[in-house]
Amino acid sequence: MDFEDTDAEASFRTEVCAWLSRHARQKQSGDVADIAAVPPTMDDARAWQATKAERGYARITWPKEAGGLGGSPMQQIIFNQEEAKFDVPSGHAFAIGLGMCIPTLMAYAAREMIDRHVKPALRGEEIWCQLFSEPAAGSDVAGLRTRAQRDGDAWIVNGQKIWTSGAHYSDYGLLLARTDFSAPKHKGLTMFFLSMKSHGVEIRPIRQASGGANFNEVFFTDVRIPDAQRLGEVGQGWTVALTTLMHERLAVGGGGGGMLDVKELLALARNLEVEDGPALKNAVVRERIADWYVRSAGLKYTTYRTMTALSRGQQPGPEASIAKLVVASKLQDLAAFALELEGESGALAGEDAPEHGIFQSGWLSAPGLRIAGGTDEILRNIIAERVLGLPQDVRVDKDVPFNELPGGR
Amino acid sequence: MNFDFSDEQKLLREQARKFLADKSSPDARRVVLEGKQGHDAALWNAISEMGWLGTVIPETHGGLGLGYLELCVIAEELGRVLAPVPFSSTVYLFAEALLAAGSEGQKSRLLAKVATGKGIGTLARAEGPGAVTPKSIRTVLRNDRLSGRKVAVPDGMEAQFAVVLARTGEETAERGLSLALVDLASHGVRRRVLDSIDPTRKHAEIVFDNVDAELLGPMGEGWSLMRRVLDRAAVLMAFEQIGGADACLHMAREFALDRYAFGRAIASFQAIKHKLADIYVANELARSNAYFGAWALSTDARELPLAAAAARISATQAFNIAAKESTQTHGGVGFTWESDCHLYLRRSAALALALGPQRVWKDRLVRELELSNAT
Repeated sequence: MDFEDTDAEASFRTEVCAWLSRHARQKQSGDVADIAAVPPTMDDARAWQATKAERGYARITWPKEAGGLGGSPMQQIIFNQEEAKFDVPSGHAFAIGLGMCIPTLMAYAAREMIDRHVKPALRGEEIWCQLFSEPAAGSDVAGLRTRAQRDGDAWIVNGQKIWTSGAHYSDYGLLLARTDFSAPKHKGLTMFFLSMKSHGVEIRPIRQASGGANFNEVFFTDVRIPDAQRLGEVGQGWTVALTTLMHERLAVGGGGGGMLDVKELLALARNLEVEDGPALKNAVVRERIADWYVRSAGLKYTTYRTMTALSRGQQPGPEASIAKLVVASKLQDLAAFALELEGESGALAGEDAPEHGIFQSGWLSAPGLRIAGGTDEILRNIIAERVLGLPQDVRVDKDVPFNELPGGR
Repeated sequence: MNFDFSDEQKLLREQARKFLADKSSPDARRVVLEGKQGHDAALWNAISEMGWLGTVIPETHGGLGLGYLELCVIAEELGRVLAPVPFSSTVYLFAEALLAAGSEGQKSRLLAKVATGKGIGTLARAEGPGAVTPKSIRTVLRNDRLSGRKVAVPDGMEAQFAVVLARTGEETAERGLSLALVDLASHGVRRRVLDSIDPTRKHAEIVFDNVDAELLGPMGEGWSLMRRVLDRAAVLMAFEQIGGADACLHMAREFALDRYAFGRAIASFQAIKHKLADIYVANELARSNAYFGAWALSTDARELPLAAAAARISATQAFNIAAKESTQTHGGVGFTWESDCHLYLRRSAALALALGPQRVWKDRLVRELELSNAT
């Protein structure tokens, strides 16, 4: 048992590090806390993405023909670790496209479509979003109602999507729509992709409870999509979507919300006074810090176990599925506790609050993290069904034609 | 990254699991539960024949001379079957104290006995309700004579030898304490079995009345030596707890799949599915923390105190949740004497208290964080 690279991994790490040093500046120790710095622009992000793509580093596990490096998942992890040490723009905007949409395209699209779209996405020139969730279809996404109706060699789409991350800056979207309302819900779906600049597409940002606006509503009014942009057979959309969602879990499960953790709480407790002296000397505070520390450490070492499997060329075990479930509720509880420690100043926010308001903004964003990319409840179902092998819940709507189902509110 | 047990160690785990499935009979466990036997002697003999008692004891002292990772693997399997034997007291506490502090003479006299199953040992710390603090220790070692009373001593009736935390100086602080090594057959030792929450791992009261004893390790080092032993034992016991927690999850799963109510398996209800998913999550976090503890233990890493505390807290929480919620999943059946649910419930409490309560370990964990942050 150790934490060392294999020889091959070590030499890859050296290679990556040398390349990064030539193309970027190493982070200085003060950089992380410098929240006043000017955030990188989308142009910066695209430029860095293109630089990586030239070397095959934009998507290390993709085959070389697709612009990747033909490398292993372990090499991707090593690259991510090394890249994090450099002051480079985040590739966040490209994550959904490269992590979910393009892999779906590669699995189902015609050759010329793949040739047309993969490289521009890889280089950050074209950004993709995923158009699945709807106002009436969240966790139960197969209950969606956006209608695609055949019209010669095209489809006419009407309906509404919601929670679409990055729709406002996306060039293309992966769209799941209902093409047969008389079939049971999973069997009437078909997958398409379309230009987000298509006539009849309207994008409206959603202001979140936390105040930010990363999500959108997307409205479709008689939007015309050529049949050549259909992915998979008509009525087979759910099977195609499962490919996408499988990639989503890999992407979302990896982290998120990690910016606020025990380290920050320790720093707060060190500098605060409570009734009986320094907060860090208070027994209750110490107990809670320990509780969250063992959760954070447990997740960190779970990641190490997953990486070990990858390093040995094995499939990671099911333990990888617990990450988001643990991270989100930990963030919520830890932030709430920090607010309490801050006393009445805990009710402030932003620069007026202690520690630049990091605990307030963590507390406000935590509810979203518990919902996005699979709610806590759905994640528990997944663990129960796929890991523990427990039966699915009774599905009263499974074999009923979609247009005979009660709609609710 | 190589953060897993080796293929050989995994093979050892499989062998240990099969061996214990074969040799650890539920009937024998019941005999111990009902108080008709102190421990499962047949299983103890079988375990000692396998050499497990001397897993980390050097070959020169009659052990197998393997590493702590191998011992972790065995501990997990012993925990899985609730083995009613004084393994943890003898191996994690007594032998570890000898290895940490024993003179060559003490080691060669006693380690071989442990390794061959001829010497059961324990560590006697507490002297009554409340926390074990330097101030709370009234047992005195003076001129190689030991006097005092220890409650509750794990496997205290089974043990032939004990390491005893005793006062050797006037200071109430740590420096006033030392470890004493005692042969429990000596004149002046009186002991009685106590009713224990987990009768498959019994406790005793031991009274020492001017008993022949010798110093183990340097004078005045008793508290720090004990802390070292407890850190090492915490990692090993974490693996026992994880084995137990895993067994609880397995039992609850099997029961929920077989049990029908309202026309379907209760395993299809989200109230049950989410409960079992939560147990799974706690178990995986505990397992990962315990792996880090195993690494720190096997390499004698600087991080051991932090790793041990994290492993201990995480595994204690996991076993507590698993035992409690597995019983709940079993419904009324889980509350019967015949069901094994209460055996796991009892064991989870016994192990949670064995090396000191969570509160103490959490405080220790944060102290380690403060130290690592300061440097």
